[in-house]
Amino acid sequence: MSTAPALREQRTGAAPVLDALDRRIIVATQEGLPRASRPYHVIAGQLQISAEEVMARLQRMLDAGIIRRIGAVPNHYALGYRANGMSVWDVPDGRVRELGNRIGELDFVSHCYHRPRHLPEWPYNLFAMVHGRDRPEVEAKAARIATLLGTADHGHALLYSTRILKKTGLRIS
Amino acid sequence: MDAIDRHIVNDLQGGFPICERPYAAISARLGLSEADLIRRLDALLDRGTLTRFGPMYHAERLGGALTLAAMKIPAGDFERVAEIVNGFPEVAHNYAREHAFNLWFVLATETPERIAEVLAQIGTVTGYPVYNMPKLEEYFVGLRFEA
Repeated sequence: MSTAPALREQRTGAAPVLDALDRRIIVATQEGLPRASRPYHVIAGQLQISAEEVMARLQRMLDAGIIRRIGAVPNHYALGYRANGMSVWDVPDGRVRELGNRIGELDFVSHCYHRPRHLPEWPYNLFAMVHGRDRPEVEAKAARIATLLGTADHGHALLYSTRILKKTGLRIS
Repeated sequence: MDAIDRHIVNDLQGGFPICERPYAAISARLGLSEADLIRRLDALLDRGTLTRFGPMYHAERLGGALTLAAMKIPAGDFERVAEIVNGFPEVAHNYAREHAFNLWFVLATETPERIAEVLAQIGTVTGYPVYNMPKLEEYFVGLRFEA
């Protein structure tokens, strides 16, 4: 596994404005692009607009970060990444950002978020998703996070997913 | 999956071009014809090696809202509750995990206000507390899986 180099900064402020045509393009592409020689022309035909308009608007949404990326979304189970551990960590609140950024730089962490605790049952405030081919691989990776945190690790847990109960992805209508 | 499929999976997780013939634009780099690349992508999708091929939208920037929520469900009641939770169209993903907090789902709604409403409904209908764990800050999204 390797990672894209850039850290993604949290955006504040209002969401970028999308008009009705942007939303129609999103609805037409959220399940995927046509596998055809001119895929953007196919979408344009469905929406009865020009292909140039489709491409310009997709490019604008990509530049604005409304589209994270365009490409293939692998099924990580099918690629052999069968062990998926959500590692959760109790770290000092004043250091969450610093530690989150450092964990995010590890090449095996796919998502890293600050989330609220629910005391006393749920003391963890930093979440890092770790994927591996088996549990020992995931555990070795979690141990590297623990080493990185050092004394800032006030407790942690590793929650393996055992079943996908639903996965429809995001849909707008 | 052969070496060419692996190359496709590894190479095409981002950066698909926006141009008139994007498959042709990248097929040369992969040493394939445009038609071969399209045929292989179709096969990877049919077999479930890829779950999608296209733009990945950033839900919050579409004006919608997302959250992660968790529940602690006794083993004997798990299937019933999971089915109720799955029945909400706003539930995009739902995972069983090994922990006292054993049901974890992602809620995606068109407006931020709907998050609290749907979580309250899930709590009422299932009879169990719902723990809302929204993202307060994101540090990294960008892992690529190597095939």
